[in-house]
Amino acid sequence: MNRLVSFFTQAIIIGMPLLYGSVGEMIIEKSGNLNLGIPGIMYVGGISGIVGGYFFETYGDTSNTFLCILIPFLCSIVGSVLMSLIYSFLTVTLRANQNVTGLVLTTFGIGIGSFIGGSLSSILGTGTTVSLNIIGSCFKKTLPFADKLGLFGKAFFSYGFMTYLAIIIALVAGYVLRKTRVGLNLKAVGESPATADAAGISVIKYKYGATCIGGAIAGLGGLYYVMEFIGGTWSNAGFGDRGWLAIALVIFALWKPDLGIIGSILFGGLYIVYMFIGGLPRSSQEIFKMLPYLVTILVLIAISVRKKRENQPPASLGVSYFREER
Amino acid sequence: MSKNTTHSEPLIRLSKNDSVPMWKGWLIRIAAVVAAFIVCAFIIVSVTDLNPIEVYAAMIKGSFGSVRKFWILLQNIAMLLCIALAVTPAYKMKFWNIGAEGQVLMGGIATAACMIWFGDKMNPVLLIILMAVVSCVAGAIWGLIPAVFKANFNTNETLFTLMMNYVAMQIASYCVCFWENPKGSNSVGIINAQTQGGWLPTIGGQKYLLNILIVLFLTIFMYIYLKYSKHGYEISVVGESENTARYIGINVKKVILRTMALSGAMCGIAGLLLVSGTNHTISSETTGGRGFTAIMVSWLAKFNPFVMILTSFLIVFLDRGASEIATRFRLDESMADILTGIILFFIIASEFFINYKINFRSKKKKGVNE
Repeated sequence: MNRLVSFFTQAIIIGMPLLYGSVGEMIIEKSGNLNLGIPGIMYVGGISGIVGGYFFETYGDTSNTFLCILIPFLCSIVGSVLMSLIYSFLTVTLRANQNVTGLVLTTFGIGIGSFIGGSLSSILGTGTTVSLNIIGSCFKKTLPFADKLGLFGKAFFSYGFMTYLAIIIALVAGYVLRKTRVGLNLKAVGESPATADAAGISVIKYKYGATCIGGAIAGLGGLYYVMEFIGGTWSNAGFGDRGWLAIALVIFALWKPDLGIIGSILFGGLYIVYMFIGGLPRSSQEIFKMLPYLVTILVLIAISVRKKRENQPPASLGVSYFREER
Repeated sequence: MSKNTTHSEPLIRLSKNDSVPMWKGWLIRIAAVVAAFIVCAFIIVSVTDLNPIEVYAAMIKGSFGSVRKFWILLQNIAMLLCIALAVTPAYKMKFWNIGAEGQVLMGGIATAACMIWFGDKMNPVLLIILMAVVSCVAGAIWGLIPAVFKANFNTNETLFTLMMNYVAMQIASYCVCFWENPKGSNSVGIINAQTQGGWLPTIGGQKYLLNILIVLFLTIFMYIYLKYSKHGYEISVVGESENTARYIGINVKKVILRTMALSGAMCGIAGLLLVSGTNHTISSETTGGRGFTAIMVSWLAKFNPFVMILTSFLIVFLDRGASEIATRFRLDESMADILTGIILFFIIASEFFINYKINFRSKKKKGVNE
């Protein structure tokens, strides 16, 4: 039982950055933009939080827990919104190819993350690796009664606030997309921008808005990783392929943020299941690591074979909109 | 929307501009690259306090500083170019194959398998022929899987090929576990280091020369294939409009499958060149992101194989140069990615000014008719 609970908590902690990334990407894709820059944005979101936190921990008053959290949080959002603005300026205003722009954004973002992360200490002349213990522990603060509830408490209340925030964001995003005027307009833009334009919806505003909000949410995934998962440090290769997994999760969850919650925990579980099955040789561990991607491929095939209308990708996904083009 | 009832023309209006002369287009692109280098210089100065001219000089040295560096430059260009050539036919068909990374890796795995299993047992000439065939087949299969689903069910190929990359990487890691040498090192090491079984022969004493010649041949082949063959014509018709293609009697399904098989097979050759002709080893990092970079190379060159030589030179030059300054000035190596990113952003943006005309509102009152 204890083992099962620790598997569950691990799966959630691995899954939450993916949830942030994929909810962000879902919002972006709903506007018809296929943003392959998500891995880069998540890197930048993480490193911006680290940089902001570093300056705050060096020069600020760290006894204030609220500020300790707020400053890295805002820095992370600013960083990822700037990245999103680059993407939306190029693809929406300048109508560049979305695939190419997204891939360049990923290269660029990973470059920024690794460069700043790798040379922050040498630029500032401190000579040691950056490690934000105080801020990291602020992010990891759990609810006070979590320890008293035994295994139940461990399974559901042993996380920092960002875990619950991720789930709230996913639920709110799901509600907005299904029930509100803004959400329906956004979907209209993604399905058929020309129709939306004719109906008086500002396609450009929606695309910019969705890309920036989605980017900010995805960036928080990077922040979650650096703060809650590794506790306020930075390692260049650490983030790995999580950005691409987040994009895989978008498909797996059929572009529905609420399904993304379950999906992210499942992906988190698949990501670490090889560690919990005892006695696996290393070769079969590698096969297990393939699972999230294989499952995604199967889902992708299944939705395209079944052709159920509500499970399809947004119809104009990947295509830039130009009003005068027929 | 505005308060006055007379509808005025918007301040800025865009229109398609199909007839930009070639020289003008290239002038805009070159201007973009120059502007990007200036922006990069500012960034270098602000981050490192170094003289940007010194930094750029160091970059040039990193690529052309010695005969050895020059050969490495050529080799890297050849590899990137090979993969870029491979993805081009698919892109011309508007099949967004971002799975080159995986297709190259599968070709590499197949090559490595032949080298390990048959390296010392077969006639060297037969072995190389076998490796070429097997790597092509492996790459082609990896490219065909998404293509089959795209052709039959219209499955989103961008996401499919993306996922296939990671499956391929895990297969590579899986194979590494079996082939590791020495045991426990978690790497394959140099395959057949003594016997050199299955290594591509060196010609003229230069170990990269054969790779470069093969890629040069492929460049010419691809140019002719796309421009003068019936297949190439069909690819561009399908890319422009599938309905038109169907109307004039092209079997769209067949074209998609055939093109992706070709694209995958050429990726497989890139894998062969990387494993058998360059590294003589295999790992999940063998492709090293080239599969993604190649997409940019191909797209920036407007799918013209000869222009791709230039664009892959630009990217490899940046990469080599930036890693030179990274070691010279003790910066992190990822400086290269940042510089490449900025320069590509500028080039991407410049395409807009080539493809579209910006019309400002004219002072004179004019009718709406145009």
